[in-house]
Amino acid sequence: MALDSKIPKGPLADKWTSYKNHINLVNPANKRNIDVIVVGTGLAGGSAAATLAELGYNVKAFCFQDSPRRAHSIAAQGGINASKNYQGDGDSTYRLFYDTVKGGDYRSREANVYRLAEVSTNIIDQCVAQGVPFAREYGGYLDNRSFGGVLVSRTFYAAGQTGQQLLLGAYSAMNRQIGRGKIKMYNRHEMLDVVIVGGKARGIIVRNLVTGEIERHSAHAVVLGTGGYGNVFFLSTNAMGSNVTAAWKAHKRGAYFANPCYTQIHPTCIPVSGDHQSKLTLMSESLRNDGRIWVPKNLEDVKAIREGKLKPTDLTEEKRDYYLERRYPAFGNLVPRDVASRAAKERCDAGYGVNKTGEAVYLDFAASIERYGKERAHVRGLNENDDTLVKKLGKEVIEEKYGNLFQMYEKIVDQNPYETPMMIYPAVHYTMGGLWVDYNLMTNVPGLYCIGEANFSDHGANRLGASALMQGLADGYFVLPYTIGDYLSEDIRTGKIPTDSSEFDEAEKNVTDKLDHLITNNGTHTVDHFHKRLGKIMWNKCGMARNAEGLKEAIVEIAELRKEFWKNVKVPGTQTEYNEELAKAMRVADFLELGELFAKDGLEREESAGGHFREEFQTEEGEALRRPEFQYVAAWEYKGEPKDAVLHKEELKYEFIEVKDRSYK
Amino acid sequence: MKLTLKIWRQKNAETKGKLVDYPIDGIEGDMSFLEMLDVLNEELIIKDEEPVAFDHDCREGICGSCSLQINGEAHGPDRLITTCQLHMRMFNDGDTIYIEPFRATAFPVIKDLIVDRSSFDRIQHTGGFISVNTSGNTIDANTIPINKYDADTAFEAAICIGCGACVASCKNSSAMLFVGAKVSQFALLPQGKIEATDRVLNMVKQMDEEGFGNCTNTGACEVECPKGISLENIARMNREYLSASLKR
Repeated sequence: MALDSKIPKGPLADKWTSYKNHINLVNPANKRNIDVIVVGTGLAGGSAAATLAELGYNVKAFCFQDSPRRAHSIAAQGGINASKNYQGDGDSTYRLFYDTVKGGDYRSREANVYRLAEVSTNIIDQCVAQGVPFAREYGGYLDNRSFGGVLVSRTFYAAGQTGQQLLLGAYSAMNRQIGRGKIKMYNRHEMLDVVIVGGKARGIIVRNLVTGEIERHSAHAVVLGTGGYGNVFFLSTNAMGSNVTAAWKAHKRGAYFANPCYTQIHPTCIPVSGDHQSKLTLMSESLRNDGRIWVPKNLEDVKAIREGKLKPTDLTEEKRDYYLERRYPAFGNLVPRDVASRAAKERCDAGYGVNKTGEAVYLDFAASIERYGKERAHVRGLNENDDTLVKKLGKEVIEEKYGNLFQMYEKIVDQNPYETPMMIYPAVHYTMGGLWVDYNLMTNVPGLYCIGEANFSDHGANRLGASALMQGLADGYFVLPYTIGDYLSEDIRTGKIPTDSSEFDEAEKNVTDKLDHLITNNGTHTVDHFHKRLGKIMWNKCGMARNAEGLKEAIVEIAELRKEFWKNVKVPGTQTEYNEELAKAMRVADFLELGELFAKDGLEREESAGGHFREEFQTEEGEALRRPEFQYVAAWEYKGEPKDAVLHKEELKYEFIEVKDRSYK
Repeated sequence: MKLTLKIWRQKNAETKGKLVDYPIDGIEGDMSFLEMLDVLNEELIIKDEEPVAFDHDCREGICGSCSLQINGEAHGPDRLITTCQLHMRMFNDGDTIYIEPFRATAFPVIKDLIVDRSSFDRIQHTGGFISVNTSGNTIDANTIPINKYDADTAFEAAICIGCGACVASCKNSSAMLFVGAKVSQFALLPQGKIEATDRVLNMVKQMDEEGFGNCTNTGACEVECPKGISLENIARMNREYLSASLKR
């Protein structure tokens, strides 16, 4: 099938407006006869469910957590971008668009990104109207901070809990519709298949996680807002339950999976402490506004630090290597995530890592504490030369800005980051790849939509900080409600979709067969055993740096591990009860297929772009080497085994932006 | 470290539960409490015993999934953290640790350590929102300046994670800290004032119907709250409730 991205014609800035002016609408009376299923209740799914219900559609929303408020968007820390230009620092829709396309290493779709930038300002207005308590200045106006890869301050925030506040905003909008009966909410339900009837997505099969019951749900369209697949690495900053199952099942039913190898490894996470580790914790990128990243200049100092003979605070400025400031003077500590992560890896690989495992660098706030302390002392008319006082005041400011992050760090690492620099290392955080969607956010399966992190569309090969929240809410509040209406206008006479068709029978059987197999398997190893082994293969061979040899090995090893999993996994308990191991086994089974496609995609992409770094393709200075012949979206069609997937290319045309070298120097 | 765990086991909502002893060895101080339970569960599965069911997801203290009454305290002995952020360095070799679900009439046990907190959601359905459609056609965000003190105080109330520790810590199983936090967030902001009367009346009514108890100003909720939500929010809710009652 040829990929048609359905980008509207006309000048970039007019596309969305003109699109909205020409689509078909559904009248309010007819909306009452149309059902929509939304899977996932994070920023994308939650905002979509609320808006569709406000419009009058009958929405059924599903989440595997015990409440929609617990979706993992809640954990986003630093902020949300919007080109409000409240700071008067030169921001505009075009500049946000430009930064996002450049930040994505020219691997995203121009028209989608421009629309995202265009609606970004509405998000802030909307959220403030909902009562989201964004940070404010003393004059009562909204405050901004700066994030990586940009030269303006366009990030709105609520301390280190922006994701939480935005999600609670979407959750409150959902609550209003649940209260009105327009959203029927299914908590603790996991989607295990999509049902296609007559070539259109018409329903889903879910498992009630409390009773184990298998349920059929039908609708006129199905929307997936089910997040990313970072947990294919086992260790990531994702929640324990975050999984690829919904997207993967859609893929197996015909939806193309795009750019699976584009993974964001976030530079500032708390380093791994041991084999027992179950997840990794992010320290927000916003910290790079005020923290300086460094390692010691001399290897003997590294050694002394690792042996505990030397403290980082003992090292004078001359003995420190602020390697980001050295390599990228224009952007310094605020280079984009892919660049910062690789630079940390480069220093640690060269032997400069500062913890026992050799995989950590410092994120140091001493300079900011002093700067802020002096500023506050000055404002209050106190002695700016009193070191103790300045330090105390400076710590106060840092606490106001990042208090919860510092507390989190201290609880995990058992060190006080106000006194000694944080230790950080890159970790898997976000996946830019996902289901292929057109301009309407519809997959190539009619009636099957995909929004938020689960789709591939806006971030190219690397996402800029504070843009995930922007995309999730843009898709759910402002884009999908229009595009899905155009599609549903064909369905006003369809009537209820029955769930007793052969298509539903087949999909349900597909699910129960797998559950039966897993529960009766009686193998010798737990689900986590396999998940951890998969994670090791992924991290070592598909991680921050990849090469052809490793990727080929990964493909073989993952296929073997998958075979072993189905033969030898041990799942306790029964199907008809709360059984977390069974739920986990179903998710890991899908990760074991996705992982292979991931490696295949990485092997096929013989270039370095954004989060995908192929060692064979780098400049003399060790920067990513993009190749023009790979300026396309790789959309994979399922053909039985991941290794047999067929590649479809969507060529990326840049009409409104010049493709240049991506430099942050 | 070697520990003895006394864990509440309960097959489902219909059956009776009991504490069961589990010795465990090889626990390190750097492990989180839930990672310690992961270790136990891996051992149980291999021994053909049923693993312990507990709620958890983000494991960084923000989703509010994890609960657990540990040695009688919601989220265990440390302060301003959730169970997933509790580290084993807070315990000593040889300790016996009691692990139970959050207990309240309005939080029925689903299995083992998992409770049903959907009563919290139902309270929110009755008024935990501002009635604004998500059309994007609202006024510019900077049109209404909000003084920083109010915005910050609203934020401090809004960071509630809905875990239920306040209810589990209260001798009356009261949800007033939870409800007070939401009522306060909106009461402090100009956007929330328009529906303030209905909001507080409806939310309190639903809270009572769910079977949560009343507040007797003991303050245990504030002490155990992982986010440090202040008792002032209960006082503010009481004021809002009183003035709303007079209006109706």
